[in-house]
Amino acid sequence: MKLAEKMFAIDRRWVYLALGLAVLISLKIPFSIPIPISKEARNIYNFIDTLKAGDAVHLAIDYDPSTLAELHPMTLSILKQCFEKKIKVVVTALHQNGPAMAAAALDTAVARHAARSGEQMKNGVDYVFLGYKPYPALIILGMGQNYRIPFPTDYYGVPVDSLPMMKHIQNYDDVKAILNVSGTSATDYWISYGNGRYKVPLAIGVTGVMATDYYPYWQTGQIFGILGGLKGAAEYETLVGTPGKAVQGMKVQMVAHLIIIVFIIIGNIGYFAQRKKREQSV
Amino acid sequence: MDWPTTIATTVAALLTLAVFSFLYKDNPFYKFAEHLMVGVSAGYWVIILWYTVVIPKMWQPLEAGKWYYIIPIILGILMWARLNRKWQWVSRYPLAFYIGVSTGVAIPLEMKAKVIEQLNGSVDLVTTMYATQASGMTVVNNILILIGIIAALIYFFFSKAHTGATGSIAKFGIGVLMVGFGASFGFTVMARISLLIERLQFLLFEWLKWG
Amino acid sequence: MKRQLPLIIIFVCGIFMVFQYFIPHENSEFIYEFAALDWPPIIGVFALTLGIISLVRVSATKISKRDEDWQYSIVTLLGLAAMIIAGLPWFGGQTSPAVKWQFDFIMRPIIATIFSLLSFFIASAAYRAFRARSVLASILLISAVIVMIRFMPLGPFTDIVSRTADWVLNVPNLAAKRAIIIGVGLGIISTALKVVLGVERSYLGRD
Repeated sequence: MKLAEKMFAIDRRWVYLALGLAVLISLKIPFSIPIPISKEARNIYNFIDTLKAGDAVHLAIDYDPSTLAELHPMTLSILKQCFEKKIKVVVTALHQNGPAMAAAALDTAVARHAARSGEQMKNGVDYVFLGYKPYPALIILGMGQNYRIPFPTDYYGVPVDSLPMMKHIQNYDDVKAILNVSGTSATDYWISYGNGRYKVPLAIGVTGVMATDYYPYWQTGQIFGILGGLKGAAEYETLVGTPGKAVQGMKVQMVAHLIIIVFIIIGNIGYFAQRKKREQSV
Repeated sequence: MDWPTTIATTVAALLTLAVFSFLYKDNPFYKFAEHLMVGVSAGYWVIILWYTVVIPKMWQPLEAGKWYYIIPIILGILMWARLNRKWQWVSRYPLAFYIGVSTGVAIPLEMKAKVIEQLNGSVDLVTTMYATQASGMTVVNNILILIGIIAALIYFFFSKAHTGATGSIAKFGIGVLMVGFGASFGFTVMARISLLIERLQFLLFEWLKWG
Repeated sequence: MKRQLPLIIIFVCGIFMVFQYFIPHENSEFIYEFAALDWPPIIGVFALTLGIISLVRVSATKISKRDEDWQYSIVTLLGLAAMIIAGLPWFGGQTSPAVKWQFDFIMRPIIATIFSLLSFFIASAAYRAFRARSVLASILLISAVIVMIRFMPLGPFTDIVSRTADWVLNVPNLAAKRAIIIGVGLGIISTALKVVLGVERSYLGRD
């Protein structure tokens, strides 16, 4: 078998092994790559940064463990910025596998904030976690009328009316923006139903798979910012000054991408060699 | 790390490795993990629905004397008629209510967000160009976007045969769509690799405590 | 009764929701908030339970008939039971430590790892199928590669690559995705209209 033909017929398991080893090794080697900040990410950061202490935002955590790798760092960074700026956060989780994860993210953010500043953020005062309800489209519309329609109680079963923070928050008119971190079609509902009907400013943090689909909404101003995939997460970690898993992941991304590009090149060399051979034989 | 955490992390790591074993070939370890996930996820859903809907949205309102909540509950129970072939048709009533509401709500809002706003945005490309007296690349880019949108829309328009001038524009439209799909592919690679990185971060740093 | 009434219900509810958007009167707001936004999720919960019931049914049948791989159905049912028991009110409900444990150390790693397998499949697909077979395929490939290398430090080329990638995302990509969004939007609206007007009825099933 000629080299070109061999290039065409590498067993898929060698491809798997090469990728696995590349990721593994680059995770262990200490190096970093610069994380330039995009306008899409900076807009979100600047928006939150210009809010006053006591203002409220709605953080919609609409993902499950399948997309946690890209989205969790975004959630934690946004929470960090909000807590530091004393901005109150209404949190919901409209994915059926998301509530426990969202609750854990809140716990982590609260613990980290306490470790950093010695200040304990309180549930019901500094943030509320309303939890989950099925059928996101109608829930998003319901919250636009009044948070109490879909959520008479919070995730922990406490009546929403008894939470001090919710006294002045009836619906989207009382939050400065909705920050939707999502790995599902809930983002479309937030755009069409949340922003569309209630005109609430909306920014999104989405998976890489979804990111390119939302650029048209960014141009029209229906959303004021996009965090796209792990790169978006790394940008936000950099902006809030706590490089974490996403920033660490970007150096690995670089190596993994190089490996995949090499495989694309090998595949194409093999393909053109075979095509040339076929043409010659004809 | 204390013992309970070590054991829990090890369980999670073994399940992770069981799923990774599928890369070699399908095997009992993978099947075990897959079936366990289906069962546990279904169980989690039962719990979530119970505590987030049944208790606060059915039980508590009825307890508080809001008798009218019996209407959606009865309509909901009618859904279960699906389980019986003879009475299946009864489930159409609640289904019709749900479909009626959700499609009705979609018509004006989807029209606004996905069609009108998008067309507005496209017109804005031209108007802002004039208003700001944009020059150079901005003008070229805005015109390119407009041509791209029109060409791609013409490609989607099947009521006229894609021949002659229409065919050429449609072909340019496919080119534009291909750039879009290429960008999506590039982002998708990043997305998929991210998932692997997170799993290996867990195995290396949280389970094996390397570094 | 079996077919006509559901069609009438859909028509009335659908038309009400459309009009409510344009004429948000006090009375229509009241009906909108209660009947349209509050009730459907309650009704829907019963539909969701059908999925769970059918999972239990299929697994139980598989076990009783000793179908291929029936042993794994026991695992599914045990997982289901373990989670439900952990979430009983006596153990603390949905926030109980046992639910959290199963979520963190069983559900989370398995779901995350199953999806991480896609990284290997996309690498293999890129190697096997991503060929510059034609002009259009080459455009796809070049666009993908530009986006893939946009965050890499490439010495003197870093800036130009990053700017080109930005251009790809904000110009041709925007045009392509906008055309798709408009197409999808019109598709959603026409299907919704067909449903509300009773032209599309397949969701009712057969008699």
